[in-house]
Amino acid sequence: MSPRPLRLRKISNPPIISGFKPYGNKKSECKPGIVFLQIEEYEALRLCDYNMFNHHQASETMDISRPTLTRIYARARQKIAEALVLGKQIIIEGGKIYFDSEWFSCKACGCYFNNPDKQEEIKVCPLCKSTNFSNYEPIHEEPEESLTRCNNICICPACGFEQPHRFGFPCKEEICPKCRSNMVRKWTPHSRDF
Amino acid sequence: MKVAITSIGNSLESKLDQRFGRCGFFIIYDTETKGMEFIPNPNKDAQEGAGPASVQLVASRNVQKIISGEFGIKIKSLLDSLKIQMIVFKEPEKTIQEIINMLNN
Repeated sequence: MSPRPLRLRKISNPPIISGFKPYGNKKSECKPGIVFLQIEEYEALRLCDYNMFNHHQASETMDISRPTLTRIYARARQKIAEALVLGKQIIIEGGKIYFDSEWFSCKACGCYFNNPDKQEEIKVCPLCKSTNFSNYEPIHEEPEESLTRCNNICICPACGFEQPHRFGFPCKEEICPKCRSNMVRKWTPHSRDF
Repeated sequence: MKVAITSIGNSLESKLDQRFGRCGFFIIYDTETKGMEFIPNPNKDAQEGAGPASVQLVASRNVQKIISGEFGIKIKSLLDSLKIQMIVFKEPEKTIQEIINMLNN
């Protein structure tokens, strides 16, 4: 059985350099190698050690679980320690990642825009130059909404009254507004008689 | 600075295309020289992969901003890594001329 596919790690700040090189090798006979630090490991290190987030906050920023973040972080430290101790070169590349950026919405012209360059702060709306904009959270509830939308119907076994099913509320706990009896889900075995 | 605008037709009176990957024309507008270039989108009727192909086309013109009505899920991360700013403008009635006037204000 193949392992479960990795969850994509969200990178909000890609590294500005592509690696590090050691200098001043004291033992010229030893051959330095290369350590490949993944971008997700760099991001975990940046959040935990540079931004001083705890693992829980960092995992939410990267959109992964807390144990996964801790594993990535442990791997990052192990690799950097290896590079420092053995005088190896560090190359930052690869990893199962996607890039994300902050989004804003402009109140004046009604557009949405993102900030692709983290180093520069956005001061005016790029379209209408208005300063009246605010942070915009892309609504994560959209996929949830499609889950909560269902075409099921609750039916009253006593009087036959029907109403659309409400997600998260069991039909048998719904009370019929007409005759005050408990309702059942329509088109299921226990409602087939009605 | 160059800005790409998605358009339905190839004139200044045409309206903003609400799709990015399969829009009719790309208009590359240079805010400094006020010059503009109309590029017909070769991926207009593509079965799949229209978005990434369009990104490649637009990125080859060194634009820094793209104005469109909607960006697909594949494009967002691609443009983020290319550091191109996306501007989502959900006003299908706006013409290209009006958008250029907004940029010049």
